[in-house]
Amino acid sequence: MMQEEVNEATSVLSVYGHTIKVTEALQDGDTLTFIIVSQKLSGTGEYHVDRTYDDFEWLQQHLYAQEDVPGIQGVIFPPLPMRPQANASAKVMKQLGFLGLGEWQPYCKALETFLRQVAAHCILSKNKAMEVFLTSIDPPGRQKVKRNIFNRLSQAVGELRKEGHKDVDEFFQTERDHNLVLTGHARTAAEKFLDVALTEQKIAVACGHFAAALQICVENGDDPEKRAFSRVCAKLSEVFDSIKKNMMSVAVNDMNTLGLGLDLDWRYQEAEREMLFRRTCKLVELENARKNAERAKPVKKSAMEEVKKAAEGEFEQICKVAKQEIVKLNQERVGTVQKSLTQWCEQQLQTAKEGADIFNQHLQAFKAMA
Amino acid sequence: MASSSERNPPPFPASEKPEPGLSDMADGDSDSDEGADIFVSNSLPTSVSRGVSQPEEPADLFGQETPTAKPNRVYSDDDDLFAEAQADLSSDTPGNSARKDLSTSSGLPSARSPAALQPTSLEQLEEEEAKDCFDVDVAVTNPEKVGDGMNAYVAYKVSTRTSLPIFKSKVFSARRRFSDFLGLYEKLSAKQSLHGCIIPPPPEKSVVGMTKVKVGMDDPSSVEFVEKRRAALERYLQRIVAHPLLLQDPDVRDFLEREDLPRAVNTQALSGAGFLKMINRASDAVSKMTIKMNESDTWFEDKFQEVDTEEQQLRKLLAVVDSLVSHRKELCVNTAVFAKSMAMLGNSEDNTALSRALSQLAEVEDKMEQLHQEQAGTDFFIFAELLADYIRLLGAVRGCFDQRVRAWQRWQEAQSTLQKKREAEAKLLWANKPDKLQQAKEEINEWEAKVTQYERDFDRIGMTVRREVLRFEKEKAKDFKSQIIKYLEAMLQSQQRLVKFWEAFLPEAKAIA
Repeated sequence: MMQEEVNEATSVLSVYGHTIKVTEALQDGDTLTFIIVSQKLSGTGEYHVDRTYDDFEWLQQHLYAQEDVPGIQGVIFPPLPMRPQANASAKVMKQLGFLGLGEWQPYCKALETFLRQVAAHCILSKNKAMEVFLTSIDPPGRQKVKRNIFNRLSQAVGELRKEGHKDVDEFFQTERDHNLVLTGHARTAAEKFLDVALTEQKIAVACGHFAAALQICVENGDDPEKRAFSRVCAKLSEVFDSIKKNMMSVAVNDMNTLGLGLDLDWRYQEAEREMLFRRTCKLVELENARKNAERAKPVKKSAMEEVKKAAEGEFEQICKVAKQEIVKLNQERVGTVQKSLTQWCEQQLQTAKEGADIFNQHLQAFKAMA
Repeated sequence: MASSSERNPPPFPASEKPEPGLSDMADGDSDSDEGADIFVSNSLPTSVSRGVSQPEEPADLFGQETPTAKPNRVYSDDDDLFAEAQADLSSDTPGNSARKDLSTSSGLPSARSPAALQPTSLEQLEEEEAKDCFDVDVAVTNPEKVGDGMNAYVAYKVSTRTSLPIFKSKVFSARRRFSDFLGLYEKLSAKQSLHGCIIPPPPEKSVVGMTKVKVGMDDPSSVEFVEKRRAALERYLQRIVAHPLLLQDPDVRDFLEREDLPRAVNTQALSGAGFLKMINRASDAVSKMTIKMNESDTWFEDKFQEVDTEEQQLRKLLAVVDSLVSHRKELCVNTAVFAKSMAMLGNSEDNTALSRALSQLAEVEDKMEQLHQEQAGTDFFIFAELLADYIRLLGAVRGCFDQRVRAWQRWQEAQSTLQKKREAEAKLLWANKPDKLQQAKEEINEWEAKVTQYERDFDRIGMTVRREVLRFEKEKAKDFKSQIIKYLEAMLQSQQRLVKFWEAFLPEAKAIA
């Protein structure tokens, strides 16, 4: 835990971080607004604020921009879900994964997780921007924050070569290697699970079509034989309506529990990867500074030594924070995965039991039919 | 009339005893040597020996038959015999009195309103038949590839279990190939005596499917194809033996019993969509007829329209089911891929508890894949095949409506020929040519008989069609209902298995941290 004093740009959060809820998503034309509720520390009630995605980005940028916090680059920043888009391209849909399914519940949950993670982070929670974001009635200012090193890894195309730079520390080298593998697998798992959930939805829709088509076969007539068949069709339509609802539940359970869990997991792995990359870049910088200091002509030597010292100091800070963050992540991850697996299992068990009950009822009704 | 029967009773196997009523099935029957009846609840006099189909007896053959829903019911073909046997029968089961009512009016060629007769006696007969029902169970199993290369074929075991005396034994089997089944259909549809009957169509040929099988029966798509065909052939035979008239047909018996059948050759017409094409062509030909039928009874027109509408509806349903089946198969594939990805994730985890849980999750998902696979199979074999069968059956229904129209045509044409002959005779009378006159008179007699004959045929077919359609609709509702029950039972079972999977996994998930 960081015990160092921080400057006046920080504050203590006045809400209970674990009570933050993103309760709703309201659509008004093109604008999407999220309602965020949190419990006051003072116990005197709640804060209700409405924020757009732009406001979330504002918050994130402010968190990134804390250059004077020592070792800030060693922080694994809680990942913010991608911007939601209507009529997104296939590529964007794929990146959004579970969060692009058009259901707002998973997306709100992901935003909520983001805010809670920030509030729980010992360094990040102290940022004033967080307090403003959660408590201010007016939306936070929309001015653009200056570009910083925290922009997405993928944008630093030329820098990517550095990612493979050999490390000086075994702990970090191992972690980098492991993270690379894990990130790939976690992303694949999330994608494949999304495919499963989407197919379940397709099945539900097809069952709905079948139920509707059967209704068309139902006729009211005098002919007793026709009536018998009509009754069969009507009842079968009900059956398939039940199957549809059951299948939808299965898909929704998938999305809200394991789906979100897998999605969060791989985005966190990505966040860790970004942090490790920042550290590696700093390492490269440091090594260059050392070389420069060594080779410097006497005139420049003291200046180079200064630079070298500064780099060494920063690097040390980053490593310290990074190590803590990595340990914390690996611990928390287990708990997070456990929670999402357990919830998933419990919900699916519930749905399966309900399904069995309903099918049994239908079966008895059919058997009892004349 | 019994006296008009020229046919000798078919030889009865010495060992076979006649079938008593259902309740008496366990008892032996000491009167068995009479061997006369194949009718369960009636102890008929020995003169009732014409238990099998008789194509040469037109007039009273099916006239008094009433449609029932009971499968495997075997009727007397000639209820006039009941009229004679009234004394013997009156003490018997109540339903016979219904038959008496029918038979008293049987001899009247002008019995134009069988429909009026049918409703009450139908109910009575139904009650009676609910009491008696004897089995013919047919199964198609053990598909085996015979031969090699492009001449290879698949032989199926056709097993029959029955208590009917018309068969030589109670349990028997024969090996048949697909073309044998097609051949049976060809024979049945060609019979004049079965005109108006809804003859169940066989499954379709498939060049693609069979070629794969000829190459090798081991890959999953061949296995699926053979299973699909086996099940379809079984349903086909089950529908045939469920039909009271078809069950009596000697060709059906031969098919079930004979060791070897002559190879059926003219089965080209029944490839793929060929069957439906054939029916549609016949329908078109009929609708293009110049002489339109005047329907005194709108029943036929209305029903024909209903059949058409229903066929469209079933086609729509089938399309939806097909897409459902393909999505389920997709779910299988996706589940398997996901399971693999979880296994890989589990393997790369350092934390042992997490690693174990993820591996177990991968196993659960593998089990789910199995479940989805079965579910896809259930959807397919129960619904898709059921709908496809009924679409084909509706085609057969349309076919028998067409047969009726053609019978009407024949009658009309005979009437107009008769008219021409009469005019010719009148001319000859006028021209006074006595030698030619004799011939003309003979021709008139000949055509008068034909007109009577064809009119009877037309009436008979009409009644057959009505009866068949009623029976078909009953069977259809029953069939759908029983298939749906099967489906729900399968669904329930897989849900229960699902519950078990989740219950087993939950402690594993909780044990991680």
